Amino acid sequence: MNNIVVIPLILPIMLGIALVFLRPYVKTQRVISLLTMVAIAIVSVIMLGRIQETGIMRLDFGGWKPPFGILFVADSFAVLLVLTTSIVTAICLLYAFSSIGEKRENMFFYPFVLLLVAGVNGSFLTGDIFNLFVCFEVMLLASYVLITLGGEKAQLRESLKYVLINVLASWFFLVALAYLYGTLGTLNMAHLAERVAEAGQDPILTTIALLFLVVFALKAGLLLFFWLPGSYSVPPTAVAALFGALLTKVGIYALFRMFTLIFIHQPEVTHMLIKGMAAVTIIAGCLGALAYKDIRQIVAYNVVIAVGFVLIGLSVSTEAAFEGAIYYLMHDMIAKAMLFLLAGTMIYLTGEKRFDKMSGLIRNYPVLGWMFFVVMVSLAGIPPLSGFVGKVLIGQGLIETGSYVLLALAFISSVVVLYSLLRIFLNAIFGETIISIEDETPLPKRMLTPIVLFAICTIALGFGAEGLSSYVSDAANTLANPSIYIDAVLGGK
Amino acid sequence: METLMILLIGVLIAVATYLILSKNLIRVILGTAVLSHAVHLLILTIAGVKKGNVPLLEEAEAPYTDALPQALILTAIVISFAVTAFVLVLAYRTYQSNGTDDLEGLRGPENE
Repeated sequence: MNNIVVIPLILPIMLGIALVFLRPYVKTQRVISLLTMVAIAIVSVIMLGRIQETGIMRLDFGGWKPPFGILFVADSFAVLLVLTTSIVTAICLLYAFSSIGEKRENMFFYPFVLLLVAGVNGSFLTGDIFNLFVCFEVMLLASYVLITLGGEKAQLRESLKYVLINVLASWFFLVALAYLYGTLGTLNMAHLAERVAEAGQDPILTTIALLFLVVFALKAGLLLFFWLPGSYSVPPTAVAALFGALLTKVGIYALFRMFTLIFIHQPEVTHMLIKGMAAVTIIAGCLGALAYKDIRQIVAYNVVIAVGFVLIGLSVSTEAAFEGAIYYLMHDMIAKAMLFLLAGTMIYLTGEKRFDKMSGLIRNYPVLGWMFFVVMVSLAGIPPLSGFVGKVLIGQGLIETGSYVLLALAFISSVVVLYSLLRIFLNAIFGETIISIEDETPLPKRMLTPIVLFAICTIALGFGAEGLSSYVSDAANTLANPSIYIDAVLGGK
Repeated sequence: METLMILLIGVLIAVATYLILSKNLIRVILGTAVLSHAVHLLILTIAGVKKGNVPLLEEAEAPYTDALPQALILTAIVISFAVTAFVLVLAYRTYQSNGTDDLEGLRGPENE
C-alpha cells in the first residue's frame, strides 16, 4: 500500500486540530508538535528508500484512477523537500520554545505551525494542479495567522500588505487554472503534460504558462519580490526563519514542476523569460543586500538572491543544473533558517537592529560569533559546507549550455552575499567590545542549541552530499525526463 | 449566453480593479471580494455553460454536463470566504492599532 504518501499532510492537519483543544497545556503542545516533525522526517526517509527501490509512488484518493481523481505523487524531488521541511521546522520549533513567548504560545502558535507544514507538504506531494492551489491556500492562511500573531503595530501594517498581495496572486492562480481547464479539460499534472505534448504548445498555452509564471514568481519572490523584505522582517524570529526557509521554496518548487513537466515545449519563450527574471532578481537582491544597515533587511534580501540563483538552475534545464538546484534548495532552506535565527538572536541580545550599532559580540558570545562565521561561509559556497555542491553543479550546467554571462552573474552574487554578511561579521561580531560582562544579556543555551543544530545540518549536508547523491540524481533525472513522471502516474496499475 | 457572461466578468473585474486601486482599506478588501466572484464566474463560463444532462450514469442520458467546474468553484468560494473574513478582522485590528485605514498612512517606517 502507498498510504504512507499522505502521512506528511494528514498527520500535521489532524494533530494541528487536536492541539487547538489542548490550548492550556503548552508543554503538551510543544512535545506533540516536535514529535510530529520528527515522525514526518522518519516517514520521508522511508519513502525515499522505497522510491529508490520501486520508482515514483502514487496514491489515488478514493480509488479514483488518474486522470479522474485527485492523487498524491511522491518522487525523490518532492520527498527530499518534505524531509528538509520537517527538519528545518523541528529546529525552528526548538528555537520557538525559548523565544516565542507565552502570549503567542497560548494563542495557537503550534497548531498553525503544523497547519503551515501540512500546506507546504501537500504542495510538494500533490499531483493535481487544483489540489496544488488548495494546498497553497492552506499554507498561506496559516502563514497569514503566523505573521499577524502578536498584533504589534508594524507587524499588522506589513502583514496587511503580505495578505493582500497573496490574495491577488491566488486570484491570478485561479484565472490561470480556469484558462488551463478550458483549454485542456484536465487538471491532473501528468495528464496536462501529456495533452500539452500531444497538442503542441500553441500560443494560447504559452500565454497560460506565462500567467502561471507570474503567479509563482509572486509567491517565490522571483523578480516580483517587492513584498518580501517588508513582511519577512516583522514577525518574531522563529516565524521569520520558517517563512524564509519554507514559503518561497514552495513557489520555486511549483515553478520547477510547471516548467519541467508541463510547459516544456517553448523554452525559447518561457525559459528565456525565467532566465531574464532570475538574472534581474539576483542583481536587485544584491543591491538590496548591500543597501541596508538593518540586519533583518539584509537577511531578507539574501533570500531574494538565493531565489534567483536556484531559478537560474531551472532556466538552463540540464540534468547537472537540476541536481545543483536541488542541492542548493535543501542547503538554502537550512542556511537561511539559520541566518534568520542568528539575526534574530543578535537583535534580541543587543536590542539594536542595525549592525553598525553592534560591536564585538564575539567577546561576549563566542559560540554565536562562530556560528555566524559558519553560516556566512556556507552561504558563500566555500567547501566543505553545503552551499558548495549546489553552486558547482549549477555552474557546470551553465557552462554546458554556454551561458557565461549568467555564470559570471551567479558567482559574483556569491561574492556579494559574502560581502554583505562580512560587513555584519566585521562590525557586529568582531570589533571593539562595547557590552561589558556585567551588562550583557545572558544568551540562554536553549536559544543557542537550535543554531548549533542548523550548523551541524549544513556541515552534514556538505560532507554527506555523496550519501545523498543517489536520491538527488534520481530526482534530477525525473525532472529532466518528464516521461518518467507521466508514466508513473498514467501508466497501468 | 457565454458572451454575456464574459462581458459581465469583464465589468466585475473592472469594478474590482477600481476598488483595489483606491486608498481606502475597506474598498480594497471589497475589491478582492468582487475579484473572486469574477473568477468563479470565469471558471463556470470557460468550462462551458450547461450543455447536457446531470452526470449520473443510468439516471440520465448522454451528453452529460461537466460537473467538475462546480466542484472547483465550491472549493474556491470556501477559500475566498475564509480569506475575506480573515482580512476584514486584520483590517479592523490594523485600524485600531495604527489609527488609520488609509493605505497611504500605512506605508512604513517613514510615517511611524
